[in-house]
Order: sequence, then structure tokens, then C-alpha cells
Amino acid sequence: MRFILGFIGAVFAGVLLISLITGLATYFSNPPAPLAAEEFHLQPRHLALASDGPFGKFDNQQLQRGFQVYSEVCSACHSLSLVSFRDLRHIGYSEAEVKKIASDWKTQVPSINPDTGEPATRKALPSDTFPSPFPNEVAARAANNNALPPDLSLITKARHGGAAYVYSLLTGYRDANTYRDEHGKPLPADAKPGANLHFNPWFANLNIAMPPPLTSDGQVTYADGTKPTVDQMAKDIAAFLVWTGEPNLASRRAAGFAVVIFLLIATILGYLAYHQIWDEAKRAVRPTGPLKPENQAKSRRAKAKAGVAG
Amino acid sequence: MSFSWAKPYEPKHPLMRWIDERLPLPRIVYGAVGGGYPVPRNLNYWWNFGFTAALFLAIQIVTGIVLAMHYTASTEGAFNSVNQLIMRDVNAGWLLRYAHMNGASFFFIAVYIHIFRGLYYGSYKAPRELVWMLGLVIYLLMMATAFMGYVLPWGQMSYWGAQVITGFFSAFPLVGEPIRIWLLGGYAPDQAALTRFFSLHYLLPFVIAAVVILHIWALHIPGSGNPTGVDVKDERDTLPFHPFYTAKDGWFVGLLLLIYAIVTYFAPNYLGHPDNYIPANPLATPAEIVPEWYFWPFYAILRSFTFDFILEAKLWGVLAMFSSILLLFFLPWIDKSPVRSGSYRPVFKRFFWLLVIDVIVLGWAGGGAPTPFRNAVGQISAAYYFLHFLVILPLVSAFETPLPLPRSISESVLHGEAAEAAPIGAKPRPGSAATAVVE
Repeated sequence: MRFILGFIGAVFAGVLLISLITGLATYFSNPPAPLAAEEFHLQPRHLALASDGPFGKFDNQQLQRGFQVYSEVCSACHSLSLVSFRDLRHIGYSEAEVKKIASDWKTQVPSINPDTGEPATRKALPSDTFPSPFPNEVAARAANNNALPPDLSLITKARHGGAAYVYSLLTGYRDANTYRDEHGKPLPADAKPGANLHFNPWFANLNIAMPPPLTSDGQVTYADGTKPTVDQMAKDIAAFLVWTGEPNLASRRAAGFAVVIFLLIATILGYLAYHQIWDEAKRAVRPTGPLKPENQAKSRRAKAKAGVAG
Repeated sequence: MSFSWAKPYEPKHPLMRWIDERLPLPRIVYGAVGGGYPVPRNLNYWWNFGFTAALFLAIQIVTGIVLAMHYTASTEGAFNSVNQLIMRDVNAGWLLRYAHMNGASFFFIAVYIHIFRGLYYGSYKAPRELVWMLGLVIYLLMMATAFMGYVLPWGQMSYWGAQVITGFFSAFPLVGEPIRIWLLGGYAPDQAALTRFFSLHYLLPFVIAAVVILHIWALHIPGSGNPTGVDVKDERDTLPFHPFYTAKDGWFVGLLLLIYAIVTYFAPNYLGHPDNYIPANPLATPAEIVPEWYFWPFYAILRSFTFDFILEAKLWGVLAMFSSILLLFFLPWIDKSPVRSGSYRPVFKRFFWLLVIDVIVLGWAGGGAPTPFRNAVGQISAAYYFLHFLVILPLVSAFETPLPLPRSISESVLHGEAAEAAPIGAKPRPGSAATAVVE
């Protein structure tokens, strides 16, 4: 049987060797041309947020600014279907403010006319989630050159790089004709954006259907007086979208510290107990001279309890 | 009951006596994980991962049962039931979900260390072959359960993972495609597949628990192995499981739970893939389809076959991937060396560590987008995997000269008395404490 198994192993290894050789042969005889999308694609830029790190907490001021950017800019196309208006209470809005934000929301939520039963819309309530401005996917695509604006609730968890990616993307629009990468290399013609696409080296295939949403400083007037530069707005919306993706971040970390401290204490106590139990057993077998008188009785008791032969 | 000196159960409380006389469950528990199970006294910390694995199975079952109370097994509702209801609205739902998500990873970490422990110390050898094989059955069931669990949130990676893994079956000629359609209940993963995966994902952990009982039962016939691989000779070689190993397992489990808590509370998505936070879309294939990290080595083996040699490359990949686990069932008969422990097998030991590195490299090869370099590394390490088990191991076990074994466990723990511990006639190594004694 060992010969059969050895033969099977040799066959698998042999076929792998053939795969390796043919793969290498193809690679060297016909080296794959580097794809522009791989060559020019950039890793997200560094972004430091108050919520970073194990001790990080949300900065409610910043989240409110981010929400302002969302409601004035992003919400024209993007929904937040997992987030309710009432959740805004957690970033510092009062109950009355939440009610007002919901009822003033520019897109109404689908409903039924109570008199006729016809489809209708009504003002949003705090318990509603942020509605999509489009009634359905077809309408959304029709309004956006066949591209579908994704729901933003989980976007920082659904992209490599998270918030840094959002920030990089929003500030990353460049002119494809004059763009040079870090080696001064211009974009090849076939990688340039087609009709209704926009060049952005932080987007995976370099050309994104979303037009630059943050175009000029002062696009949003911040209630708290922060200067609304494009960079600031991009940071704020990124911070806000971290919150929409992980609203329980703060309580999760608080619980985490309690659990870690509890486990540390329990583990140390467990370790001490383990040593106490085992030291007796080790002494019981190891002929390292007689025990001190006070330990002899202890050892006898432990042995009797544990059932160890003396 | 494995040894004649195992303490019989003596009820301390009249209630326990009353129960024991009618249903000897306390007796069984006492003999299995209590003072009535004598365990070799020299177990090192690599022996702690079986208990840890059992604990993570329990964590998975408890968190999973509560999650199932809030989960909706429908293609329309699954994603939101996880990401909206459970993560936002259910009290501590985020904790349940993250604990379950990362609990799966830690279950696999514990089981992988447990398996490699078994490989190093020859735990698969007589008389523990069935313990080993039942363990492999548990591992296979775990893989099936983990795969189906990953499908349940119905994200992009769930959907496309299901597509790829059920696609394995279509590699087989003629019968493959009908089997795939039958398993999925359709031509692609859809409602029928999601519902049955949910049903099986709920069922299989209990099957695992049942096989765990068989695994422990089979273990308790010969008793636990030990780092020397030498059989237990008398009472001096053992300690009762309770309190000695319950204490050792107890604090060590605390340490592992600490790591688990740090990941769960502070980096819960570290081991996951961002694409699974995008709802499943059958019309958009993700840029890269990668399984969870614990499947990466097998994914690398699958992808490594790129040449149609007589059979289709895909079929080679699927056959090799299944074989890579199935061959482990034959291990007790592949490795015929009478010495169990790798510590006394100098050649085996080197190849063992090479295998560990090989499997880690395979994991790296399977965990990223396929580049020519990654593919080549994957192919070499996959070839080594098969050669290791099916060619090198039989040869090593035939030609290797093992080091002298200690006479007994209790003598091996008495450090500094190697002369007495070495078999009669064995030459102590120069410079060791034993040399002085002999001279």
C-alpha cells in the first residue's frame, strides 16, 4: 500500500512540476504586459482619525460635519440603507433635531395613500433609514450613465483601506492628460477614461463613473465654523462613514477593555493556582531531599487529595 | 478506564450517590475529565489545544444558536439581517456576531496546532489510529461547517465562495455537473442553496460534538500520549486529569481567550475580507475570490494545477485537494517507525519543520491574487506537501536511526538523571550531566 501511495504522491508532484515548467516557460517566452490598472493604481493615502487605535473615540463634531457633507452632497445619489435617522442621536443631535432632519429630508419615503391605497410618499420619520434618492436600481442607473451608486452604510468596511480609501478617492481626481506617476510616466492612451468616466488613480481600475463630488472649497458651509476645504470635507465624510459602518465602535472597545482586564486577572489567578497544584506533585516525585517540616504535612494532604502515590 | 490505578468514582454528596446509582453519568464524567482519568505527567503545552478546541466548539454553538434567532435565511433578507438587525439593533448583537466570526478562526487555530502536535509526536500511531481518524473526521466536518457558515451573510465573498466551492464537483466528468446542481438545488447559488446551507450549518456542529465524544472515548482506551512517546508503565508516570490538567488547561485557556478577546473587540474584521460587506451580486464577479485564511493552503493546491496532463487541470486540482486531506487517514500505515515522538527522530524532526514551513508558504500562495511568482511558489510547495507524506515519510521511517528512548515517563521528568533514564547500553552524550555519573 505504501508503494501505491508513494506512486500517487509522485504523480501529483510530477503534474505539479509540469505545471510549473509550462507556467514558467509561458512567463519567459511571452511575458505578460503590465496592466495600466495595476501599474498606476495607488495605495490609500494616510488618514488619521479620532476613532483610530484601541483608545480612539468618535469626534462628534467631525461626525456632524461629515453628516452635513453627506446630506448636502453624497445623498444626491447614495443611500444609507442600514442607518436610521434616529441613530443621529448617538452623534450628538437632539431628539427634536433628529425629527426635523427626518421630516425635512429631501427624498421622501415610499408609502401608501391611506385613502386610495395608491402608491405614495410621505415625510421620513426618525425610525426610517436614509432613503435612496432613486426609486429603484433601473432609475439609479438611468440617472448615472448606467453606473449604480453603492449604498454607503458599510463602505469603509467593504473596501481595502477603509476610511483612508474614501478620503483618497474623494481627493484623488486628476487630469488624465497631464497626470504623471511618481516615476514621471504618463498614462497610456488605452487607460485614459472613456465617455462619462473620470480618472482617479485610487480607484481599482483607474476610471470611475462618479464625477468629482467635492469640487471646491466652501462647497458646504460648516455650522461649527471649520474651514470647509476639499481636504477637510473628505476627511469629515470619511470619519462619518466609519461611524455608519461601525456605530458600536465605542461601546465595543469599552467592553473590550473590561473583558481583557477580567481575563488578565483570571488568567494570572489561574496560573498561580496551576503552580500551587503542580508544585506539590513535582515535589512528591522528585527526590530533592526532605521537605521542610511545614511543607511535609501540606504535601501529604495534597497527595492524599490528588491520589498521588508517595 | 485505561489504567488499573485509575481512581473509581466515589460520590461525595448523597444526591450524587443517588443519581450515580440510577444513571452513572457522574461516574462517566469523573472517568473522562475528572480525577478518574490518569494522564502522563510530562505533557507539555502543545497538549493544551484539544481542550481549547473543545471550548471554541462550545463558544461557536452558543453564539451560533443566539445568532440563528435573529438571522433570516433568505437571499433578500440575509445580508440585512446580519448587517442591520444583528450588528445594530439586537442587544450586543455585534458582540455575538464578531465572537462567532472570529471564534471560527480561533477554533481552526486551535485545531491546526492540535493536528501538528499529533504529527510531531506521532499521535496517529498504534494504538491511537482511530483517535487520529476521528479527529480528521471532525476536521472535515469543521471545514464543511465553516464554508457553509461563510455563505450565510450572503455577501459577495459568500456568494462567489459558494460558486467556486460547489464548482469543484463540476470538475468530474459526466456526473459532476448534475451533482453540483443537485447540491445547490439550482444552477447557481440561490435561495435553495442558502436555506439548505443554513440548515446544515446548524446541524453539523452537533455532529461534530458527537464525533468529539467518540474521539475522547477512543483516546481514553489507551490513554493520552506524551512527549516522549513512551508508554505509561505504572502509577508514578501519571497524574489524575483533575486537578492537575484542569488547572493547566484552565490558565492556558485564559491566555488564549485573551488573544481571542483582543481580536474580537479591537480588530474584528482583521481576518475577514472587505468584499463580504458588499451584498451578493450574481452579476458582478469580485476582482479576487479568496476563501477564509484557514482554507488558503488547500486553495493553493487547487490553483497550482495549471496544465491539462491527460486529465483537465481543474480535475487534477480538485483530486489533489481532496487527496491532501484524505492521505492523512493513511498516516498510521505510511509512517511505520516504532518511535512515536519526533523528539527522538532526528531526520523526521527536520522534515516535520520543513512541512510546517511548507504549509505556511502554501497558505501565503493561496491567500493572494495569482501572480506568476506566487503560482510558482505554490506549485513547488504543493509538490513538497505530497512528497513529504507519500514519499519522504515512508523512506524516513524505514531508514532513520532513532535516538535512545527514556526507560519511562517518570524517569524522563527527573532531569539530571539521564544515565538512569537512558536504556541499558545506550551511550550518554558527552558533556551531559549523565557523563559525570557514568565516569
